[in-house]
Amino acid sequence: MRPARGAGRPHPSWALPAVLFFGLFALVPMVLAFGLSFTTWNGLGEPRPAGLANWHALLTDGRLTRSLTVTVALTAVSCAFQTTTALLLGVWAAGPQRNRAVLSAVFFVPFLLSSTAVSLLFYALLDPNFGIVPGDTLGTTSGAFLALVFVGGWQFIPFHTLIYQGGARQIPEVLYQAAAIDGAGRLRRFRSITLPQLRNTAATSGVLMVVGSLTYFETVLILTQGGPGTDTAILPYLMYESGFKAYDFGYASAIATFLVVAATALSLLLVRVTGFGAMRSTREGM
Amino acid sequence: METYSRRWFLGAGTTALVSAAGLTACGSGGPGDSDGTLTAFVYGDDAAKVQAKAVSRFNDSAAARKAKGRVRLEKVPGAEYPAKLRTAMGSPNAPDVFFNWGGGSIRAYQEAGQVLDLTGTIAADPVLKNGFLPSVLASGALGGRAYGIPMRGMQPVILFYNRTLFAEHGLKPPATWDQLLDNNARLKKAGITPFALGGADIWPELMWLEYLVDRIGGPKVFDRIKNGDTAGWGDPAVLEAARTVRELVDGGAFGKGFSSVAYTNGGAPAALAKGKAAMHLMGSWEYSTQLGKFPDFARKHLGWCPFPEFEGGAGDIRNVVGNPTNYWSVNTRTGNKDAALAFLRTCASEQYARELIANGDVPATANADKLLDASPDPEFARFQYRMVREAPAFTLSWDQAVDPDAATPMLTEVNKLFVGKSSPERFVAALKELK
Repeated sequence: MRPARGAGRPHPSWALPAVLFFGLFALVPMVLAFGLSFTTWNGLGEPRPAGLANWHALLTDGRLTRSLTVTVALTAVSCAFQTTTALLLGVWAAGPQRNRAVLSAVFFVPFLLSSTAVSLLFYALLDPNFGIVPGDTLGTTSGAFLALVFVGGWQFIPFHTLIYQGGARQIPEVLYQAAAIDGAGRLRRFRSITLPQLRNTAATSGVLMVVGSLTYFETVLILTQGGPGTDTAILPYLMYESGFKAYDFGYASAIATFLVVAATALSLLLVRVTGFGAMRSTREGM
Repeated sequence: METYSRRWFLGAGTTALVSAAGLTACGSGGPGDSDGTLTAFVYGDDAAKVQAKAVSRFNDSAAARKAKGRVRLEKVPGAEYPAKLRTAMGSPNAPDVFFNWGGGSIRAYQEAGQVLDLTGTIAADPVLKNGFLPSVLASGALGGRAYGIPMRGMQPVILFYNRTLFAEHGLKPPATWDQLLDNNARLKKAGITPFALGGADIWPELMWLEYLVDRIGGPKVFDRIKNGDTAGWGDPAVLEAARTVRELVDGGAFGKGFSSVAYTNGGAPAALAKGKAAMHLMGSWEYSTQLGKFPDFARKHLGWCPFPEFEGGAGDIRNVVGNPTNYWSVNTRTGNKDAALAFLRTCASEQYARELIANGDVPATANADKLLDASPDPEFARFQYRMVREAPAFTLSWDQAVDPDAATPMLTEVNKLFVGKSSPERFVAALKELK
């Protein structure tokens, strides 16, 4: 007997609390921020209508372009660094030996620390007088940029390693046995079995990484404050600075709206390009 | 089990929503609870314990009973105080009394009609009128109207130096710019960074420009800018100050890595205390910082002197920059103005001044002079008190004096000048563009 349609699925009303919370704490503020982007408001008194002034300023004053360039560069370099490291570590950690389990647990520790704690730790380590890195790391553009990439990686690689480890463990052992019989070497097996089998894992990890990089904030706030000059002022930091330092909430809301639209578009694009949305199985033909 | 969890989830969701709605509803009455309790926001650092004592003393006092009010002190932690105050003041849960830096830090509140004009109250009240140093009281004013009562120690910017290191190399605290440059050259030859600088925080860099502009062009240069004339940035003194900064940076006066050093995490004070740097231009709180972190250094080796004179400059060597003090201001929407004003009067009391002094602060009260012997370091306290009392001009820190929306880009330009991403000419041009 076939089960009735929808059997075993929870009633739609189960989604009510989540929908309500999402509406109240995500949609309503988003709509409010969008509305604020058409006003001038310093946080006191009533917002005054400003028409398209904030949007005009955002698109013409050059800050958005500069900030966007830094954001894209930081995202790209961070993703490349984190994916390579996490993939290799994850595949290695998927192995059977006991010491790997222990080491994997140790590797995971950075992820358990708060971003603020991690940033403060590296801030102290990068001190030119008393830290372990000599020279003016955070005072130069490339130094500050690389510090952000490294600190972000140090914190989030463990998480992505865990995802890749899970993915690699799911790869059927028979594939490797068959390849070994055919005489494929270690490298060949990695390239022709492990990598293709980890396609969906890479897509998951990639989307999380990109969206995470777009909202990367505490580390910039603590390590570089967007400096030197404005060379590491990524979009979320620019938004924070405009809103909570310069009290230009209209302009900050315009940046926030832009960020929401850009992040949504980007993650939809990523899902489509990677074919993740189709949920195509890696077990086809097996 | 299924029914249970479904009910539980829905119940939890409803409760949360109701309480969220309830929170909003509670706050709609404006500041001040119905029982007459006043909320006071204070910057929540170590020094807030002095305010906490004052609050509990006030709550037990006859003045509080007469005004039917009690004060509840809310310590707002961290450097984000201005942002938190701004958000709270725009919300229904605004404080009745709040800590601030005077000047530009309260201009927006004044323009929005949210800060009480205390001019008449002070004029009519001898305790308030005669209780404080006039120059400090004046710094809390905007356009000649008083909006704040001094409530913390004075914070002039002072040139600190390592006495022992100076003695070892036969140096004297610089009284003129030439002497400062001479000290620099000799220190560099000895392999010591002349000046500690917490460039990562940017505001320590700003202190150099504040003093240089004052010494080169006199206090009127920034006065003009503070009063809204951005063309004042075009004064030749600003350009010369910026050039002087570049000469210092290029000459290695701050060492190579200064923009990776912070004041707030203790990097710059440690460089001074450990002898890696010989001098440190910093607010008077440097003393308490050193006393807290390196007590031995603070007591035996720490020296201080005014910022040197600039040859041919228009500024008096006695002029001071920094923060005159912090102020209590009153929210115009407070439910109990009498209680708020009664609480403000406690800041003029001798008991309050004594507590500030015991904490290592030098109060801005007129009676402080004779109490300074009780300070942890009477010599330093008296130096600081005299410095402020005798200053012909006390220029408020630029980032506090100008509007917050101009302060942020100004600090960015200062940072660019120091790290070499801007030239003195471009620095001046960028500042002239500020709103």
